[in-house]
Amino acid sequence: MRVGDWLVLLLGVIATVWLFATLWQGHAADKAVVRSGGKIVAELSLSENRSYLAHGPLGASRIEIHNRRARVAEDPSPRQYCVKQGWLSQAGEAALCLPNQISLELTGAKKLYDSLSY
Amino acid sequence: MQITIQTTPEDHRIARLAAFAIGLSVMEAVIPSPLPGIKPGLANIVTLLVLERFGLSAAVWISLLRVVAGSLILGTFLSPSFVLSFSGAAASLAALALARHLPRSWFGAVSLSIIAAFVHIAGQMAVVYLWLIPHVGILYLAPIFAAAALLFGTVNGLITAKLLAESENAISARAPLPQP
Repeated sequence: MRVGDWLVLLLGVIATVWLFATLWQGHAADKAVVRSGGKIVAELSLSENRSYLAHGPLGASRIEIHNRRARVAEDPSPRQYCVKQGWLSQAGEAALCLPNQISLELTGAKKLYDSLSY
Repeated sequence: MQITIQTTPEDHRIARLAAFAIGLSVMEAVIPSPLPGIKPGLANIVTLLVLERFGLSAAVWISLLRVVAGSLILGTFLSPSFVLSFSGAAASLAALALARHLPRSWFGAVSLSIIAAFVHIAGQMAVVYLWLIPHVGILYLAPIFAAAALLFGTVNGLITAKLLAESENAISARAPLPQP
């Protein structure tokens, strides 16, 4: 190993760490989109803590926003998948409440996924 | 009728070293890899040794012969994986053509190997993006590829430097390659 070799190795380490740091950080969300039966019923900013009632065929689902995260706090659907999903914080994350047909999706400047299927 | 092709000792040397490189790439093709594209690239040791001993044109010949003949043996000729190894080899040869002009008292085989490994994967990712998967999602794999390039580039460079130092006269037209 010559002096320059150490230099090149160091540059390589810096480049690799930089790639991990820039490409592997999640993209923060800034808005929560609530849909009922596929139609957008509310677009809520994540900068404000609040809760919102979305009405579906089975009744009302309560969406809660707190500390730049969003969740479905209550839902009348029998299996409660969307409630159990808990807090969503990254753009592109989504919770679907079926059969109440309510969905909560976070959007941001950059989406983490183009689409998600369950 | 018999056709005789006139060959020079240079041709024989290139053929022998290329065979050695092909052997290494076929050998490492059986090593399981966690992600397509991550492999040690042992054949690049041969390319680097040849570059240091016999110059750029011999290294280009051996690298491209290795890509083409290696793909014929592995059955990937003209497949996407052939195009990727070709573009990786072409990119790293271009980088080596520039990097070999670095002051040699400072930058040895390890530098060349690391530079070639990074440019190799950068060239491949460019081709993947432009041709196979035009989606920024492949950028999420870039850090893994970079880490692999760093690791294997360093290891291959150290092996090359050791072989060069150990056998100042081992590779020549007369003597065979040093046994690994």
